[in-house]
Amino acid sequence: MLSPTTTAPLPTEALDLHLLETMRRIRMVEEAIADHYPAQQMRCPVHLSIGQEASAAGTAAALRPDDQVMSGHRSHAHYLAKGGNLAAMIAEIYGRETGCCRGRGGSMHLVDLAAGFVGAVPIVGSTIPIATGLAFANRQLGRERVTAAYLGEAATEEGVFHESVNFAVLHKLPVVFVCENNLYSVYSPLRVRQPAHRAVWQVAAGHGLPSHQGDGNDPRQVYALMHDAVEHARSGSGPVFLELLTYRWREHCGVGFDNHIGYRTEAEYLEWRARDPLENFEQRLRTEGVLDEARYADFQRTTADEIAAAFTAAQAAPFPTGLHDHVYA
Amino acid sequence: MTTSMPEATTALRELTYAEAIREAFATALERDPRVTLIGLGVPDPKGFFGTTTQLQQKFGAHRVLDMPCAENGMTGIMLGAAINGLRPVINHQRLDFALLAMDPMCTQAAKWHYMFGGAMKMPVVFRMIVGRGWGQGPQHSQSLHSWFAHIPGLKVVMPASPHDAKGLLLAAIEDDNPVVFLEHRWLHHVKGHVPAGHYTVPIGPARVARRGADVTIVALSYMVLEALEAAATLAASGIEAEVIDLRSLRPLDRTTILNSVNRTGHLVVADTGWGLAGMSAEIIALASEGAFASLKSAPRRICLPDCPTPTSPALAADYYPRSGHIVAAVREALSQPANPDDLLVPADVELDKPNPAFTGPF
Repeated sequence: MLSPTTTAPLPTEALDLHLLETMRRIRMVEEAIADHYPAQQMRCPVHLSIGQEASAAGTAAALRPDDQVMSGHRSHAHYLAKGGNLAAMIAEIYGRETGCCRGRGGSMHLVDLAAGFVGAVPIVGSTIPIATGLAFANRQLGRERVTAAYLGEAATEEGVFHESVNFAVLHKLPVVFVCENNLYSVYSPLRVRQPAHRAVWQVAAGHGLPSHQGDGNDPRQVYALMHDAVEHARSGSGPVFLELLTYRWREHCGVGFDNHIGYRTEAEYLEWRARDPLENFEQRLRTEGVLDEARYADFQRTTADEIAAAFTAAQAAPFPTGLHDHVYA
Repeated sequence: MTTSMPEATTALRELTYAEAIREAFATALERDPRVTLIGLGVPDPKGFFGTTTQLQQKFGAHRVLDMPCAENGMTGIMLGAAINGLRPVINHQRLDFALLAMDPMCTQAAKWHYMFGGAMKMPVVFRMIVGRGWGQGPQHSQSLHSWFAHIPGLKVVMPASPHDAKGLLLAAIEDDNPVVFLEHRWLHHVKGHVPAGHYTVPIGPARVARRGADVTIVALSYMVLEALEAAATLAASGIEAEVIDLRSLRPLDRTTILNSVNRTGHLVVADTGWGLAGMSAEIIALASEGAFASLKSAPRRICLPDCPTPTSPALAADYYPRSGHIVAAVREALSQPANPDDLLVPADVELDKPNPAFTGPF
C-alpha cells in the first residue's frame, strides 16, 4: 500500500541530524572514491550509491547494532550506514591486507561482522536467501535480531527472491526485504523487464506479506516505513517488503556519468537530480530551523579528515600475500 | 593369491548403507543441537530411502524439516543459517535436483570463507543421491561429481561402504567447510560392518580396498563394488589387482594413488560418470604427471558412454559398465588375450536393478 499509517515516533532533532550526517558522510566517501579512482590504484569495479543515500540512512537508523544486514553489488551506502568500518572499506577497495576482506573481496564483497554487516556479493539476488537464512538461524537459536536484505528491483525478477519470500512468510521469519527501485538493471530499464501495469511491491504482496512503497529519497519516510517493518518482524509477525523509489546518478559501474550513451535521458536524470535526497533534506532542516550550521560544518570538516586519513592509510597499507590462504576454514 | 584378513570369530555388527546414513544423522542430531536436516521429503513416510526415517519424530520438526520445492532459494537460506550458527544438511533425492542450486553451492558457499578474508565459516553439507537403473533416464541419474570437484573451496566425498558412509557423513557435518556428500542409489541396500556410536572417517584419504601388485584400479562410489568383483575375477586368472576406493574427490589423495601406480605400473580407473573432462581424466592426469616413468601401459578408464542416460531397459543394458568391462580393460593393459566371457551377463541378472529384491519405482 502507499503511505501506510506509521507507528514510528515523530522525528526528533537527534534522528534528523543523524539521518543528515549519515547521508552526507556516504556522499563524501563516494565522491572521494570518484576523485581517487582515475589514479587506477583502486583496481576493482565500484558501484557508487550517490543519489541513493536516503534509503540506506533511513533503514539503518531503524535497526539495532546487533541486527544484521546483507547487500548486493551497490553496497557502500548500506555498509557505512550500518556502521561498517570506513578505513577497512577503503583499504579493501585498494586491495590491501588491512581491508575488511584482507583484499580478497574488493568493493563488491564488503563485510563488518561487528557492525552487523554480514556481507555483500555481486551476484544479483544471491544474498536474499542468505539473509533469510540468517533470520532462520536467529529464530532457531532464540535471538531477537532482525535481518534486512537490501536488493535492487531487478533482484525481484530472480527466482530466489520469490523462493526466499515464500519461506520467510511460511516460517514468519524476522526479515525485512528492502528493495531499492532505481529503475535500471545496469542499462536495462524496468520497462523491458517487468510489465508496466504492476508495481514491484504488488508482486511481493502476492506472497502474503505486508508490502509498502515509499519515497526512497525521503529519509524520514524511509525511517518511518522501516521502523514499522522492523517492529513487525521483531515481534514475531513475520517479514515485510519495502519498495523504495530512488535513482542512481552516476554510471552503473564506475565513477563517471553516463547519460550521454543513450540508455536514459538527460531530462530524466535532471528530474531525479532535483530530488536529491541529501540537498533537499538539508534544506528542509534549515527551513525547519533544526540545522545547527556551525555543528554541521564541523561535522563535514571532521568527516573530510576521517576520509582523507582512510585513503592515506589504505594507500600505504601492505598488499596481501598468501595466494592459498582462507580457501578452507 | 590374496588372502583375506582374518575374520573375527564374533559376527561384526552389520548395517545397510541406508541404515548407516540414518545412524550418522541420529548421532549428529543427538550430539550437536546446531545440526539441522532439511530437504524435500526428509520427514515423509518413505524416509528418503530409509535414510531419515523417524528422525523428525525423534528430534523435532524444527530440526528435521521438509521444505518448499525451491532448491536454489533453500540452499541459499541454509547458507545464511550456517553463517549464523547452525550446521545444516540439505538433502536432495537426486543430484539432478541440486543443479538448480549451483549458485549458492559453487559461487557462494565455496568462496564464502575466502572472499571475506576468513571472516566467516560455512559449515554446510550438500547431500545428493545419484540415481541409476529402472528407467531413471536422462534427468534422474547424472553423476556430476567432477563439476563439484573442480571448485576450490568445496570438499567432495563419495563413500562406497556403509562404514565410510556413516563416518564420512559425520565428518562432513562436523567440518567447517561446505562438503558435497554424494551417495549412489545402488549402494543403499549394500550391507557392511558399521561400528556403533560416534566415529568419523577423515575427508581426504583414499582407502585401499584390496591389495595387489599387478595393476591399480582406482574406483569411486558404486564402481568400487564392480572393481572388487573385477579383482576377484582377475585373481582367478592369477592377476592381483589393487583396488583403491577414492572416497574423497576433493581433497584428492594423490599419495595413495601414485604409490600404488608406482608399484604396479598399470592404471585402470572406474568412474560412475562420463569420461570427457571427468574425474577419470583427473586421475589419469595425476598418474601421467606424477608416475609417468613407472607406467608400463597406457592408463585406461571405464566410464559412461558419451550420451545421456537412456530410459528404456533395452538401451540401458548396454549403457552402464560392469565389472567385466574393468576386467577386460585390465587384460588389455597387461597385454593379455581378451576373454569374451568377461562381458557375459548371467541369465538371472537384470541389469537395470541394483539387486533382485528391487522392484522400483525410484
